[in-house]
Amino acid sequence: MTNPNPVSGSPDKEPATEAQEARGEARATPTAPAGDTERQVPATATKQPAAGEPRPSLGKLFLDNLWAANTVTVTVLAVVLAMLVGAVLIIVSDPEVLATYSYITARPADALNASWTVVSEAYANLFKGAIFDPDAVGFTAVMGPISETLTYTAPLVFTGLSVALAFRGGLFNIGAQGQATIGVILAAVAGFALPLPPGVHLLVALIAGALGGALWGFIPGILKARTGAHEVINTIMLNYVAIYFLSWIIIQGGVQNPDRADAISKPVDSSAQLPRLLGDNLRVHAGILLAVLATWFIAWLLNRSTLGFELRAVGENPDAARTAGISVTKTYVLVMATAGLLAGLGGSNMVLGSTANALTPLVIAQIGFDGILVALLGRVRPWGVLLAALLFGALQAGGNRMQSYSGISLELVTVLQALIVIFIAAPALVKAIFQLRAARAARLQTSLAKGW
Amino acid sequence: MSTTAVPEVAVTAVDEGFWTRTRKAGAVLLALGVLAAVLFGALATGQQARFTLSETEGGAALEINGTIGAILFGVIAAAAGAALLAGVPKRWFTLLLGAGLVAFVLSFLCWQVSAAPEGRNFMPLVNVVRGTFILALPLIFGALAGVLCERSGVVNVAIEGQLLMGAFSGALFGSISGSVWVGLVAAAIGGAFISLLLAVFAIRYLVDQVVMGIVLNLLAVGVTGFLYERLMQTDAAKYNSAPRFSNWEIPLLKDIPLIGPALFRGNIFLYLGLLLVLVIHLALFRTRWGLRTRSVGEHPTAADTLGVKVLRLRYRNVIMAGLVAGVGGASYTLALYSFTKNMIGGKGFIALAALIFGRWSPTGALLAALFFGFADQLATYLGAIGSSIPSQFLAMLPYLATILAVAGLVGKVRAPAADGKPYIKG
Repeated sequence: MTNPNPVSGSPDKEPATEAQEARGEARATPTAPAGDTERQVPATATKQPAAGEPRPSLGKLFLDNLWAANTVTVTVLAVVLAMLVGAVLIIVSDPEVLATYSYITARPADALNASWTVVSEAYANLFKGAIFDPDAVGFTAVMGPISETLTYTAPLVFTGLSVALAFRGGLFNIGAQGQATIGVILAAVAGFALPLPPGVHLLVALIAGALGGALWGFIPGILKARTGAHEVINTIMLNYVAIYFLSWIIIQGGVQNPDRADAISKPVDSSAQLPRLLGDNLRVHAGILLAVLATWFIAWLLNRSTLGFELRAVGENPDAARTAGISVTKTYVLVMATAGLLAGLGGSNMVLGSTANALTPLVIAQIGFDGILVALLGRVRPWGVLLAALLFGALQAGGNRMQSYSGISLELVTVLQALIVIFIAAPALVKAIFQLRAARAARLQTSLAKGW
Repeated sequence: MSTTAVPEVAVTAVDEGFWTRTRKAGAVLLALGVLAAVLFGALATGQQARFTLSETEGGAALEINGTIGAILFGVIAAAAGAALLAGVPKRWFTLLLGAGLVAFVLSFLCWQVSAAPEGRNFMPLVNVVRGTFILALPLIFGALAGVLCERSGVVNVAIEGQLLMGAFSGALFGSISGSVWVGLVAAAIGGAFISLLLAVFAIRYLVDQVVMGIVLNLLAVGVTGFLYERLMQTDAAKYNSAPRFSNWEIPLLKDIPLIGPALFRGNIFLYLGLLLVLVIHLALFRTRWGLRTRSVGEHPTAADTLGVKVLRLRYRNVIMAGLVAGVGGASYTLALYSFTKNMIGGKGFIALAALIFGRWSPTGALLAALFFGFADQLATYLGAIGSSIPSQFLAMLPYLATILAVAGLVGKVRAPAADGKPYIKG
């Protein structure tokens, strides 16, 4: 988008505006191709068109858009494609199922049945672990999957917003991982080192985490603004600096848990923990509320505030923005610091929430890198990021159950996530595979295409 | 890379006035030298610091009194800095800067070695040199993969994934077939598979290349981790017991003191890596292919006008990069270790750093990779002698050095002009 030469386009790259995009699904302009009238007939599930109305009905529009390359359809099909590839991986990595393929010409039913059994069982467990288990009895068991999903969602919303915000400002923040790492360190240290009353303690710990992340985002921002050093390289490098700093600080006196020999810090005081929302047996905590709040705030910031306008202007075309009197350097620094702040909050969630209560070398898992995928899947828009984070949180929660019940490694979830984003990033591919029609108003290109 | 984004404060501005880049580097070096002479000199003990020319304590050795050495080398570093500050002809810049930094490191080593506990206050240079090359090896292959890609205008952030996929398929197919050579070919193909995906999505579908690289890394981590848990962990004997290349001793050369035992008794990957640096350097700067690659990386439209098939060349180069990186991944699983989950562990990103630090040239990448490998080896060595320097901070060194490099402190770093920009004919 920052590339002044319009060479980055996919066939869908038509620069639709925000508003068009939001409406693209339901209210495409009334010029649907006439040849599609037959398709309308089996529309039993949707509203019937009112007779004599000049405008195409909602049902017809729905059908027209259903098989067009709009955001929702491409996303759904990308998930389907990813799960198909995942199914292939499950089959080829199961020696017993693979054995049935050795005599597939003689008894093809064996191979197909065995494949179907192993794949359907795995994905059923994915669903049961993420959303709802029909066999569950009792409040805790019924709400368990949702609680897990929301627990995994919360930090991803923050890191996803962090990456998305930077994207909109024309910067690629690969450093959410490092920013979250510094955030989690400061949040945890504030959480166990400061003797403060409940409430205040939590607030201080959150602020500490946010500031840590902001600092780690500020560095590449100021380097970009002052020297032009590319933020992609610097954020990658700072990720590793942060990881080594974490592994160093954990084993320092005053930080390391005195009762333990391994690399683990003291636990965070209960006064600095985010309160649990559905009782002590379910892990979902107030972090998800903060995440929704952050999403709302970033949506407001981007679309309604002066800073957001300047940020988007710089992201679209820095030269034009500079000509219009916007300080590009200042915007870069602010964008990166804010992005870092969000990622720092995401990191804080990991140690102040219920996922863990002490620093370990792997305390933040992959939330920073997953945030990149979440931002891309959410089409770099705040509410989209929230939905994408929900999907990823659900995959994560379901993946845990899949691992323990079906013995399918949790890594499959990583594969699914990466594949979904690959297909999302190349809508032209999905379009070609499913023979989708071109959408009227959908910008699927999340690409920056600007190089080093 | 560094200048295009924010022209209003371009890095070229440092050439104005008294504080040229040379003088700034000189001032930094002078400060470092003084620091070394004073601080390291004070901390070093009067014991002899021994740098042995073997793998053990015995044998021939270079010896120097710890305190004297630390101060002496610190003063040399400071003098080099002062010379740069005073203003010397430009052609001496690299030489003086290099000499100054080496002297700084030597001063540091004099302190560390002399302050080590009795019985461990020696540094076996053969081990250090050999360790440096072994640790630098995946970086060399990875950075060369980056050179091939980025010189033709495709950003390769997926080096990590290519190395990992190479390591994995080398281990898997090496184990199944029981042949190192099958493993080696499979590793190259594995790396090429990831880079084929990168090529198709970046060139055909115009996906942002950095985005694609990051996602492909995650995909490689996921796929190899998944198959590792499903296949290799359940039946390691069948799927994860690849044969290993034995060391090849090169006659005559192996008897050179220090370098011989360190370099010429290595495995195929060491020779292959060094050979590839030479081949790619010559090919890039002396052949028609190289000229075309560079022109496509700098100005694809112009190259196209002259009849170069831009997209075909990019496809070919990206896939070659994958082959090289795949072999680099095999340098783990077909020579040193059996495959483990995520075993590359960020080496791909250090390779990317080496590529940038080496300014997109094969020889530069080699030197940068050796520097990073040395930092890595030094961390191991200092840990072994019970140094007071935390190894984590030494491990940060490559990353911090890269940040300084791209910030323009070590010199101007500039990527090929068309790097990362998709090319659409017409």
